Amino acid sequence: MTHLASTTDTVEKASATPGAPQPWRELGLRAEEYARIRQILGRRPTEAELAVYSVMWSEHCSYKSSKVHLGYFGQTTAPAVRERMLAGIGENAGVVDIGDGWAATFKIESHNHPSYVEPYQGAATGVGGIVRDVLAMGARPIGVVDPLRFGPAGAPDTARVLPGVVAGVGGYGNRLGLPTIGGELVFDASYAGNPLVNVLCVGAMRTEQLHLARARGVGNKVVLFGASTGRDGIGGVSVLASQTFSGEGSGRRKLPSVQVGDPFTEKVLVECCLELFAAGLVAGIQDLGGAGLSCATSELASAGDGGMSVTLDAVPVRATGMTPAEILSSESQERMCAVVRPADVAGFLAVCAKWEVPATVIGEVTDSGRLVVTWHGETVVDVPPRTVAHEGPTYHRPLRRPPTQDELRAATPDRLRRPSTPEELRATILAMAASPNLCSRSWVSDQYDRYVRGNTVCAQGADAGVLRVDETSQRGVAVATDCNARFCALDPYLGAQLALAEAYRNVATSGAVPVAVTNCLNFGSPEDPGVMWQFQQAVCGLADGAAVLGIPVTGGNVSFYNQTGSTPILPTPVVGVLGVLDDVRRRIPVGVGLAGDGLWLLGRTRDELGGSEWAHVVHGHLGGHPPEVDLAAEAALARLLASAAREGALRRAHDLSEGGLAQALVEACLASDTGAQVTLPGEAFVALFAESSARVLVAVPPAAAQRFLDLCGEVPHVRLGVAGGGSLEIDGLPRLGLAELRGAWDATLPALFG
Amino acid sequence: MTGRIGVITFPGTLDDVDAARAVRLAGGEAVRLWHGDDDLRGVAAVILPGGFSYGDYLRAGAIAAFAPVMRPVLDAARRGMPVLGICNGFQILCEAGLLPGALVRNAGLRFVCREVALRVENRSTPWTSGYRSGAEITVPLKSGEGRYVADEGTLAELEAAGRVVFRYVDPAPSGALHDIAGVCSADGRVVGLMPHPEHAVDPLTGPGADGLAVFASVFASVVDAELREDRM
Repeated sequence: MTHLASTTDTVEKASATPGAPQPWRELGLRAEEYARIRQILGRRPTEAELAVYSVMWSEHCSYKSSKVHLGYFGQTTAPAVRERMLAGIGENAGVVDIGDGWAATFKIESHNHPSYVEPYQGAATGVGGIVRDVLAMGARPIGVVDPLRFGPAGAPDTARVLPGVVAGVGGYGNRLGLPTIGGELVFDASYAGNPLVNVLCVGAMRTEQLHLARARGVGNKVVLFGASTGRDGIGGVSVLASQTFSGEGSGRRKLPSVQVGDPFTEKVLVECCLELFAAGLVAGIQDLGGAGLSCATSELASAGDGGMSVTLDAVPVRATGMTPAEILSSESQERMCAVVRPADVAGFLAVCAKWEVPATVIGEVTDSGRLVVTWHGETVVDVPPRTVAHEGPTYHRPLRRPPTQDELRAATPDRLRRPSTPEELRATILAMAASPNLCSRSWVSDQYDRYVRGNTVCAQGADAGVLRVDETSQRGVAVATDCNARFCALDPYLGAQLALAEAYRNVATSGAVPVAVTNCLNFGSPEDPGVMWQFQQAVCGLADGAAVLGIPVTGGNVSFYNQTGSTPILPTPVVGVLGVLDDVRRRIPVGVGLAGDGLWLLGRTRDELGGSEWAHVVHGHLGGHPPEVDLAAEAALARLLASAAREGALRRAHDLSEGGLAQALVEACLASDTGAQVTLPGEAFVALFAESSARVLVAVPPAAAQRFLDLCGEVPHVRLGVAGGGSLEIDGLPRLGLAELRGAWDATLPALFG
Repeated sequence: MTGRIGVITFPGTLDDVDAARAVRLAGGEAVRLWHGDDDLRGVAAVILPGGFSYGDYLRAGAIAAFAPVMRPVLDAARRGMPVLGICNGFQILCEAGLLPGALVRNAGLRFVCREVALRVENRSTPWTSGYRSGAEITVPLKSGEGRYVADEGTLAELEAAGRVVFRYVDPAPSGALHDIAGVCSADGRVVGLMPHPEHAVDPLTGPGADGLAVFASVFASVVDAELREDRM
């Protein structure tokens, strides 16, 4: 081993050889960034330091293009709203108080680029990463939600990517013992070379168990535990997540750097961590994800007392001949880094031994203000940690509303031929129900375990996934994610608000009170001013919307460079909303209820077809204006749903979104396996297919009808008809038998994917 | 102390909390057992829950069959202690030789999670005595390697002796031979099944409560045995 040490690039050597050539460009750094590193250090960086800075200053880790805009979330969060947050933006995951001494934490992350290269492992490690983020807050991960987006359903590459991604999400999540309680499945040509694999994880804990990622207490030990460190995933964040695949700029094709997941190790790590938390043996904790040890050590030190020394020789490695730079930037999965008081080290290691989780003391907290890493007795890293973790480069990227935006807005769907005869309307309902974006998702969700741990109250086909948190009090949470990217393309500001409104409404429709927002902002290249404009608009729309609704944005994730060549994906700010149910037995499932229940439509319907599923499915059209946003109406609707749920005035409910009332009726009838007789309010086509927001279909038991009407107050409400029978009978249209509807709705994905 | 029923946790076991909850809901006391234990802490029956023991990267249940806790399980089973293996637990019992046959990859090669209808075909085991004869129950199935296979001779023997305890009412989603969902040992004391009765103990979180009778049956059986012992 001694000969290795002699070839190692140390701080001493770096000072002595200022002119040595360094591969900063290949590591994804720009000339001015490299110059800034030299300025910070007063010398050239060592090979290891260069590795640390290059991964930590990557777009993925540093948010260098988005930071200037993300600050707007904080600026728009009112103090009263902030109070309910126990931890917010900047932590591993946001944490909110959900009452009775319970806290919930949730966050979404993207694993888009790895999932295109290697669908199974890309998706699997996406689940693993977000689960560790939630675990690092001190919470038990209790469920996952998977918003997925692919190219056209019939495209050959979709048949390669989709089954692998679904198997990867299931293969990891199922083995980890986490119920999958929801998700999205959207097909659009813009995702053909760039699928979106986002994963949301929700966790729960007693409020006193909240753990923050900071290294406090000089002399406290730094313990690395979990899997060993290998060469997998080196450069994952800088190479995969922070540039487009063609890599024209660097003149060479980037090699895939996808990590490999081991869900068994993660399951054991989860249980081990929870036992460590319960025993009070953890002073600070951080998971190892993108940028591996570089990220964990610099972030812990930067957020704590400011210094840390690390002996890299102590890190258990699974490959021979790894260099310090490789060990520091490895993205091997299933690892955590804890700060432990010296007196607790023996107890900490004993718990790890019980779970057979390898754990090693690799360093300690200092007050030096430096992150110092040694290797074979020589110093290979000596940097101020804040410059790595929190004071990376910040770019004010140029942004410009694309000139094509006006044409897009002008191309309204008004001239598209609308079905008019009863037969045409009926055929359109059937064709829409069978279309890839609206058909049954069971082909996907049947591959995910939704039962494990026995607390899943709503999952498959639900508006929001509902989980019981406390078996005694029956307190629980509801989670939904949404984004209609076509609306975002037409108007990214309003599109982001519509995504927020829909997720908020989905949570409310399940009977929960929405309390917090998270997001995963998937966009094209930040170097494209048009994309940057979309991003800035979406951030402002989302932040302003959350402020109006009075719920905090507790965190989020940004994924840039989602494009194929120079064509970006549709702007896709996926929004997640978390809600609280005092008693999950009061949740409202999807459906039309029992025969005789009254069916009501809440909210106002307008002639709004811009960006609609109808325009997409029937005409392949995208243009015009998205539906109007009325957040006050959304809030009023949510209040009505919460009180009606609490009083038992609703038997069933279903949110109206893509496909409008027609699709909501189809899904609700199939969920209840019961038909309905409905009279449409207003012109049939608009009533059926418009996608106006702030609308919900509800089923009211006859005995609760008067109470329901009293509760409606100002919320527009119209009686559609009653539930019952074996078909969906819409006034004036030939009836739609449930068997025919189910056949159309069920057959599409199995026919496409086997 | 009556009605102590053990629930084993192997590293990678996932449904242990569900099995323990089902035992409690049935009136019993769930005693948590660890894979490294070398005795069963005085329990009167034992459950091997679902999951992916040791990751199941080799062959489902192959490593767990050799875990330290399996030695006392094998001894107890030979003496007639009621043993239930659910999903991965069923796979482990087959690997350990307590039940005949094997569980292999689903015919469709995909993990399948859905509610299935089962017919209880043998109610003389301690795990099924609480069901009505020929009862049809709905419980979740969730597995990737749930296709029951055995050679023709073994299948004929199982059928002739009434050792098919649970059978899928509709064609088995896994492609299991004879639509077999669960079988028992020759003495009927050891039962294994792929679907999950512990996920059907409360209509709030499962398809109904059809699975509860599995746990109520064994609870009644062990309490009854304890009372008889007291009288002797």
